[in-house]
Amino acid sequence: MALIELQQVSRIYRSGDTEFAALDQVDLQIDHGEFIAVTGSSGSGKSTLMNIIGCLDRPTSGVFKLNGREAINLSRVELAQLRNKTIGFVFQSFNLLARTAAVDNVELPLIYAKIPAAERHKRAAEALDRVGLGHRRDHLPSQLSGGQQQRVAIARAIVSRPPLILADEPTGNLDTTTSFEIMKLLTELCRDQGITVVLVTHEQDIADFAKRQLVLRDGKIIRDERKSEKAT
Amino acid sequence: MISMSETLRVGMQALGRNKMRAALTALGIIIGVAAVICMVAIGEGAQQRVRTQIEGAGTNVLMIMSGSSVGGGMRGGMGSQPTLTWEDLRAIQTEMPNVRAASPQARTMTQVVSDSTTWTTTVYGVTPEFFPIRNWNIVRGSSLTASDQAGAAKNLLIGQTVAEKLFGANSDPVGQIIRIRNAPYTVVGVLDKKGQAGMGQDQDDAVFVPISAYQSRVQGGLSKFIPGMIYVSAVSSDRIDDAKREIENLLRTRHRLDIEQENDFSVISMSEMTGTLTSAMGTMTALLSSIALVSLIVGGIGVMNIMLVSVTERTREIGIRMAVGAQPGDILAQFLVEALVLAIIGGIIGVLLGWGVAALVAKSFGWTTVIRTDIVLLALAVSGLVGVIFGIYPARKASLLDPIDALRYE
Repeated sequence: MALIELQQVSRIYRSGDTEFAALDQVDLQIDHGEFIAVTGSSGSGKSTLMNIIGCLDRPTSGVFKLNGREAINLSRVELAQLRNKTIGFVFQSFNLLARTAAVDNVELPLIYAKIPAAERHKRAAEALDRVGLGHRRDHLPSQLSGGQQQRVAIARAIVSRPPLILADEPTGNLDTTTSFEIMKLLTELCRDQGITVVLVTHEQDIADFAKRQLVLRDGKIIRDERKSEKAT
Repeated sequence: MISMSETLRVGMQALGRNKMRAALTALGIIIGVAAVICMVAIGEGAQQRVRTQIEGAGTNVLMIMSGSSVGGGMRGGMGSQPTLTWEDLRAIQTEMPNVRAASPQARTMTQVVSDSTTWTTTVYGVTPEFFPIRNWNIVRGSSLTASDQAGAAKNLLIGQTVAEKLFGANSDPVGQIIRIRNAPYTVVGVLDKKGQAGMGQDQDDAVFVPISAYQSRVQGGLSKFIPGMIYVSAVSSDRIDDAKREIENLLRTRHRLDIEQENDFSVISMSEMTGTLTSAMGTMTALLSSIALVSLIVGGIGVMNIMLVSVTERTREIGIRMAVGAQPGDILAQFLVEALVLAIIGGIIGVLLGWGVAALVAKSFGWTTVIRTDIVLLALAVSGLVGVIFGIYPARKASLLDPIDALRYE
């Protein structure tokens, strides 16, 4: 069973009499454990695709299944629950809560998953250890470098052990060295823990970390290619 | 949705991130609640003081005043025309089953003279029954006696203020001589401190002589009318209305009044006086408290203002929380809890502050202040309500945000 399944998915924005299809009858299937990069120029529909896969937006038409569950007609509450259990988000601007310690940021999804406090602390600490920031758990975001902040965000994304990480331009605010470190971390999470990573980027060298690359243009997938497994 | 205690924790943590703003927001509520508590405390205190002073005179006490004079088209006040006779007094003392005791009271302002100094005070003519009726004890010496009254003896009792003014604070005036209108009187006793009356006059600034001596030597001369009023005590405070009715019937009969004629006297109970005075002060308290309440509502609007700003300012935070799985209800509850916590903490601090100010006022002005538990609870409830009412709109606004827009908000 595929983790993500889109059949004939369209997302149409209306303004006045004009209609604009941000996504135009897209078919897409992503399996468990894939590392997939979505590229395309701005306005190509990649953000809309991310929002739909991320259960933040609902398609206008088509079939969308996430982890085997039909996700078209869900209420806001059900979408929130689905996001909480299934998806870890990583954003370009990190989106950590200001003036809140790293460990408290990482705990956030577990609060809404109703995990008891003691268990939360333990799992948040583990997640921070996993991203190599176990020694910084009480630091505030303002006391951390950009790369470290993005690691905290990744810890937050994996703390509820979701099958899917959605990374929206995760390296957009980082320098090249740090970008590669973050990509290495995401690659490891995919390889070692079987987490599916869907990455949106416009940088080709970042997209090259993925084993499968999608290219969007004008709301359609114009290329979908898999790199053959190289023996190293 | 997450549990109430978890929401509380999340809300408190969010408030803790901006302590200065939280404190300033709460300040509006603090001042509002403190003002309410303080105003009510002062108002209640004033009412209570009046009540205890009037009741200190005895809850079972009636005053009978003679009627008004009518002459040349003018009506004088109560007591301006003597209508009460000594025979009336004797009938009240002996014929009324609900009356325990009755005493006349006449008074005049005059100068009193001791060996070393003089003092202008009120001289009262009374009978020995007066002191038990007024519930007024003798602290030194002894009271006036029936034989003092019968023989118009030149004995007197003095109040604490007079004792102090004539003889100094720590002396024993019993046995000393005081001259009133050139007649020497012996001090036989000193009365207990009674304090201020409801209208503010000092009840201890007084001397008491037998009314027989008062008539013959101070004022009035002998006459069939009592040159003043009559104090009556009923057998108990619940029989006071019966006693009043009996006295009115008796005096109407004795004064031969027809059915259509008005009373030429009036009978007033202390509780009636208490009621009038306390209701006037109650109106004052209500007025002051409602002004204070307005400031509480202004404080509430302050809470709403800050919460609205806070929702806009924290749009991204709301987006993040929604992205990681917060439901709209969780966001609503969090913002509502934040407003509620601010209002309730503000309310508690306000109660303490109001209490403190009331205590300070009591200490520095010598006023009585009363902190009523029900007012404290009411103020807390109102501030909580203010938190909910003014918190719900911003909280709802936050919960309706679209996570995509919220995440993108700069």
